[in-house]
Amino acid sequence: MTPRYQKILFVVLFAASVAMTAVLVRLRERAHDRLLQTAMSEGTTAPTVAPLEQVTLMVADDETSTLAPETIALPLPDDPQARARAVLNRLLSQYYGAQSQHPLPPVVNPVESVFLMPLRRASEDSGKSTDRIAIVNLSTQFAASHPSGLETETLTVLSISATLHANLPQVMEVRFLVGGEQQATLHGHADLTQTYLTAASAAASGAQP
Amino acid sequence: MPGVRLWQSVWRRVGPVACLAVCAGFWTCPKAAAQPPTALQHTTIVLDAAHGGEDLGAALGSVPGAEAAAPEKVVTLALSQRLRALLTARGFAVVETRQGDVAMDEDARATASNRVRAEACLVLHATNAGSGVHLFVSSLAPMPTQLLMPWKTAQAAQVTNSLKLGNAIHAALSAAGRDGDLALTIPTTLGRTTLPGIDSMSCPAVAVELAPLRDKDGKVTSEVTDADYQTRVLNALAAALLEWRSEAGAA
Repeated sequence: MTPRYQKILFVVLFAASVAMTAVLVRLRERAHDRLLQTAMSEGTTAPTVAPLEQVTLMVADDETSTLAPETIALPLPDDPQARARAVLNRLLSQYYGAQSQHPLPPVVNPVESVFLMPLRRASEDSGKSTDRIAIVNLSTQFAASHPSGLETETLTVLSISATLHANLPQVMEVRFLVGGEQQATLHGHADLTQTYLTAASAAASGAQP
Repeated sequence: MPGVRLWQSVWRRVGPVACLAVCAGFWTCPKAAAQPPTALQHTTIVLDAAHGGEDLGAALGSVPGAEAAAPEKVVTLALSQRLRALLTARGFAVVETRQGDVAMDEDARATASNRVRAEACLVLHATNAGSGVHLFVSSLAPMPTQLLMPWKTAQAAQVTNSLKLGNAIHAALSAAGRDGDLALTIPTTLGRTTLPGIDSMSCPAVAVELAPLRDKDGKVTSEVTDADYQTRVLNALAAALLEWRSEAGAA
């Protein structure tokens, strides 16, 4: 036989738990309403968009085997490495499509990263020089899908080097990686083991300054 | 045995001299053969068919990647063999870096060409990209010839001559289509780039890349595997080398 005081205790505790549940539900609803009210009352802020800047692309032309400057407006981030990557991805997207003068198959993010490092020459003993070497890390998919040929691969490499120099004049030399590793050639022809001098790249392809 | 003794005494006196003479012959003969040929001797041309072995190069033809597409290594070897026949008929001595489907690295190709002290070296490529013939000369800065040249920049001493050779080939290819028919014109470009094999060659060297012929809309009118198109280009190359030889002889 259950004692009477236990029955009363059980009923009191049950009533208390029901009351607490009701209070918690009500508190949750009030908190939700308060959050909604706060969100609705705040003004919508526009996403931050970088201002448009003039960018010079050194566009390759297979017919004449030259690079031609083309100026476009492009929103660019402040970080120089991110700027370089954005400019190069924009340059390579220029080549997608059969109508291009230097047709390449489309690849998402062909340039995975660009690293800008101080260029220290043997004749300089201090780090005052602002000259930079750019390490351009191309995606494996981009290299694998690039058309194979001496001229087309060379123009791609020179186009990247000259475009970097046109927009970041402190970049004097360029080296290339594919998928984060050094590769002998882009796709069987253009030598990627060498350091490309950006000024020489423009001259070699007959580009106009 | 007086006869044997006579031979022994003769051998003791003449033997060392004969041995020295034979040895001197072995040492001097290769040197004499390695002398640069005069205008009266055969002009030596090196033909380097790019790729080979497991290195297929580009897939050429209408549908790259399909089974019918020809690998670049096959096309360059065929071009090399056809050009060899044309040049031999014109009195050139021709050396091919490879005569079959063998893999060769860039150093081996440069070694083969430097050994024969050629007057001109042509590196043959083929591609589906672009149009006409693409000529490339090393982008090394010119340097005066030294007794010992660094291996990776040996071409620097010949860059000026390589540019002259490139211009001669450019002129010959441009003239190849001027017989009244503009459709026969072979568009030709001349550029400079870094090429590990050529940069180590000590001869005037030009990379010749054969690309399809296209009309103004970019449609292919002659594939690189087209025998007639190849013949026109190879005849122009042979004419350019004849001109090159005559200029070298005059100089």
